[in-house]
Amino acid sequence: MKLLVCINKTPDTTARISFTSDGTKFDSSGVQFIMNPYDEWYALVRAVELKEQLGGTVTAVHVGSADSDTIIRKALAIGADDAIRINKAPTDAFDIAHQISVIARDQEYDMILLGKESIDYNSAEVGPMLAELLELPFVGFANKVESNGQQAIVSRDIEGGVETAIIPLPVVVSAAKGTAEQRIPNMRGIMMAKSKPLKVVEPLEVAQTVLPVQFELPSGRTTCRMIDPDNMEQLVELLHTEAKVI
Amino acid sequence: MANKEDRFQSHDHYNVDALLEQDHLLARDAVRTWVKQSVSPIIEDYSERAECPVHLFKELAEIGAFGPSLPIKYGGGGMDEIAYGVIMQELERGDSGIRSMASVQGSLVMYPIYRFGSEEQRIKYLPKLGAGEFVGCFGLTEPDHGSDPGGMTTHIVDDGDVYILNGAKMWITNAPQADVAVVWAKDQEGAIRGLIVEKGMSGFSAPEIHGKWSLRASSTGELVFEDVRVPKKNLLPDVKGLKGPLSCLSKARYGIAWGAIGAAMDCYDSALRYSLERQQFGRPIGGFQLTQKKLAEMITEITKAQLLAWRLGTLANKGEATPAQISMAKRNNVHMALEIAREARQIHGGMGITNEYPIMRHMMNLETVLTYEGTHDIHLLITGHNVTGLDAFRG
Repeated sequence: MKLLVCINKTPDTTARISFTSDGTKFDSSGVQFIMNPYDEWYALVRAVELKEQLGGTVTAVHVGSADSDTIIRKALAIGADDAIRINKAPTDAFDIAHQISVIARDQEYDMILLGKESIDYNSAEVGPMLAELLELPFVGFANKVESNGQQAIVSRDIEGGVETAIIPLPVVVSAAKGTAEQRIPNMRGIMMAKSKPLKVVEPLEVAQTVLPVQFELPSGRTTCRMIDPDNMEQLVELLHTEAKVI
Repeated sequence: MANKEDRFQSHDHYNVDALLEQDHLLARDAVRTWVKQSVSPIIEDYSERAECPVHLFKELAEIGAFGPSLPIKYGGGGMDEIAYGVIMQELERGDSGIRSMASVQGSLVMYPIYRFGSEEQRIKYLPKLGAGEFVGCFGLTEPDHGSDPGGMTTHIVDDGDVYILNGAKMWITNAPQADVAVVWAKDQEGAIRGLIVEKGMSGFSAPEIHGKWSLRASSTGELVFEDVRVPKKNLLPDVKGLKGPLSCLSKARYGIAWGAIGAAMDCYDSALRYSLERQQFGRPIGGFQLTQKKLAEMITEITKAQLLAWRLGTLANKGEATPAQISMAKRNNVHMALEIAREARQIHGGMGITNEYPIMRHMMNLETVLTYEGTHDIHLLITGHNVTGLDAFRG
């Protein structure tokens, strides 16, 4: 089975988020970056598991500059066989989807996996855009991904139950919790990753389709008010007059 | 109640990360993740019960924490000395006892078998030690010979196909669990020799030492040898004299110089977070000058220790780190970590003495780390000897 996994670089979950003074860009100074956990824990690990079950190869693809090589090496240490880095700082989701589609078009991957979303902008756009550009079926927010080599059997939680789809390969799947368990690369994997191929390719020109106007931090966490359980009238009053939810 | 969540965030005031290579960053990230998953949630409970989480031997092996700088062929990871250092740092960020489990197995058991053992010994023991199938320990210190190991009384007598081993070792990390012990004993000519003693050999026992207020999640024991018949093929052939065990200690002390930074970072991180969350007089205590003095001095000392360890690592990678340089780094960094634990305890106020925070556990652990693998004072005298050329040990 020939698998492609799209990996993104995101700020560490503990990073302090701030924006440039004009509010139009994320301020990355002093921020530590990690592989997007949805790409790593679910998409990549599941791809490696499918390879281990069915044979084949796992290629990791990333759109980014050489700064990203550490997270690409991590993907190789976890079990990807080779990697491709498209050498550009991406402008938006369409840019990423477009760049990856160019790589994927001629390679006849059986399955393209990626996380359900990135933990930075959380737009969940790359997967469906990539499927559309490649004219492939797409299943988003999968919680379980199986394959027999001919078809993908993909389940996802829906309101009140589970939806299972059987799709002929090739297919694009975005993976959510449940798809796999995090794998911590061991020291041998880290060393073996050194000798795995990492190909750097130059990007194609893609017009920027989204221009951020303003980023703002959410207002600070508000304090919790405790209401006496015997005083339901006060709770209703506050929900009505302050929270304005009823 | 134990720690509910490990909120550790690393601090890198001088962008020391830029001095590290990808392998180092990946190794650190992997071990940090493992510590958060497998150590932090359980360590307070195990420490409180004075019980060794023995299941972690296997997990430590799986992540590759045993002998990471030894060749892959012999169960190691084929990494360099800085990678080994950052692994020890991250383990000790979790707990000094967990780091001790790993550094004894790697530096004091696998390393001497690799360095001084026969090929047959390497093949027999190293892959199993690397995979965590065997637990190892290192017997040098004796009840009456700590800082003066050359005075040891444990000895071997040649008896045909075997050596008959008699004596006792004390303060031996991993002893109660050990399948294999690398034991140093004097032969009939008075030369110190290394032997591989296996669990189950008649006359060999390893009783646990109880009542420790430090390294409570790591087992410590004695090794008792009563006419143990050790096959001659278990003698380490390529070493004679005190330089054998001392070269192993240099390896382990090197790891401690890095490890102590981890304990210090955990204390600092907790203190910094607490100082920003804890309100007194209507504002965070981190806003008060005396708290800032403590925090500023902590990060200054951590940064100096990081640079010392990194430089030592670059020397070690070239095979140029001297025992005296390793002594200086071990002494400085452990003392630094202990002082930071004490200052961090003050910032946490009363909470600092509880197991809600890791501070007291680190502080108590570091009292051992200050003493084992060469005491704080002995390392000072090693530096003194090195700079003056005059040996203060023997007058």
